[in-house]
Amino acid sequence: MTHKNPNRNGYLVRNHDGHPAALTPAYKTSVTRSPTKPLFSFPGSMGEQMGPVFGHDMLGPLDNDLILNFAQPGEMALGPRIIVRGRVLDQTGRPVPNCLIEVWQANAGGRYRHKNEAYLAPLDPNFGGCGRMITDENGAYEFRTVTPGPYPWPNGMADWRPAHIHFSLMGQAFSQRLITQMYFEGDPMIWQCPIVGSIDDTEAIKSLVASLDMAEAVPMDARVYAFDIVLRGRRQTFFENRWEGL
Amino acid sequence: MRQKHKLLRETPSQTAGPYVHIGCTPNFAEMSGVYAEDLGTSMKTGPVKGEEITITGQVFDGTGTAIRDAMIEIWQADADGGFASAESNFTGWGRCPTDMETGQFQFDTVKPGQVPYMDGRLQAPHITVWIVARGINLGLHTRLYFDDETQSNAADPILTKIEHRNRVPTLIAKKQSGGSYLFNIHLQGEHETIFFDM
Repeated sequence: MTHKNPNRNGYLVRNHDGHPAALTPAYKTSVTRSPTKPLFSFPGSMGEQMGPVFGHDMLGPLDNDLILNFAQPGEMALGPRIIVRGRVLDQTGRPVPNCLIEVWQANAGGRYRHKNEAYLAPLDPNFGGCGRMITDENGAYEFRTVTPGPYPWPNGMADWRPAHIHFSLMGQAFSQRLITQMYFEGDPMIWQCPIVGSIDDTEAIKSLVASLDMAEAVPMDARVYAFDIVLRGRRQTFFENRWEGL
Repeated sequence: MRQKHKLLRETPSQTAGPYVHIGCTPNFAEMSGVYAEDLGTSMKTGPVKGEEITITGQVFDGTGTAIRDAMIEIWQADADGGFASAESNFTGWGRCPTDMETGQFQFDTVKPGQVPYMDGRLQAPHITVWIVARGINLGLHTRLYFDDETQSNAADPILTKIEHRNRVPTLIAKKQSGGSYLFNIHLQGEHETIFFDM
């Protein structure tokens, strides 16, 4: 039994140069959690080239508003108000529509709302720290939040994470699946962080740093950070010079 | 001089960190009220075709310790070998954080049908698995096959390509006496799972 070739438009081979290596000893936890053997390479098939599809109708009205989505009625999260917006593109420059983006972050004091979090900074009763959205037909997304604070973490005794927002992206194929972190322009802690430093390419690190866009700021309300994301692209179809079905 | 390629670079990965639950499974992180339910908790929206199965396992680090802050996602065909068709009650996609005490994950799903490979050959029934956690810098892809699919496993285009035959069992879930399948993932060590670059 044979089937029509479903692999005709596979995804571009992942370039690992811009990604962190699995083993980055300055980030201690990677030492026992990094595979030691080479990855097994093969061209994916339908399982890797497709992915779950999410509809805009699954979103609640406050899902992309972290200032309000955990706040008590009439209350708001504490901290510098920002809007983060950008586009999700693939490597060929095409927008990625219907991409599920999930974000999570610490509050303005650098404290996460999580059972395992032990940092002494206080919780904000009006801030949960999670949000989600789905890109529109142009690959565009936006959410409103407060600037997360930097915080110390158990790695080296003096290691502090730069302010950051975690992003999870579900594109159109499982092979595009990506989790990453967004940093903020001008933060001196970026260049001291062992997790950022797991990437050994300065240009690649810069692509994780959102830029402050004061021209888009909302007067007397919120500043805007611009952050575009690139997912793996599809290979082009080789044009077969024959009539369909021959 | 030559022409320049115009491809953009993929955004670099960063670890999911210890608090991935806040963003991906907030109800599991005991943050209720933001989303009605965590995405990927249920893979069925109604009665489904095919054999309903349960898959459980743990993710072990290089010291043999079960990781208690990982998140696993799976993606698979339905019993007919199709992916997330609109008529089906089967989503094909599941997400499960490992238990904060035991490190266990569990998926209630269906046994997938066979899906063709690029050359038209049928692949053995399998599930695509993706693992993220604190300390994992780039999400790890692997596949889960089934130990009671001996014939199709023996003809599978991927399984048969693997040079180190003693590592093939790391991709094969083992049926337990209770009927569920056990699929443990080893990040390092003698039983290190085969992870894929695809």
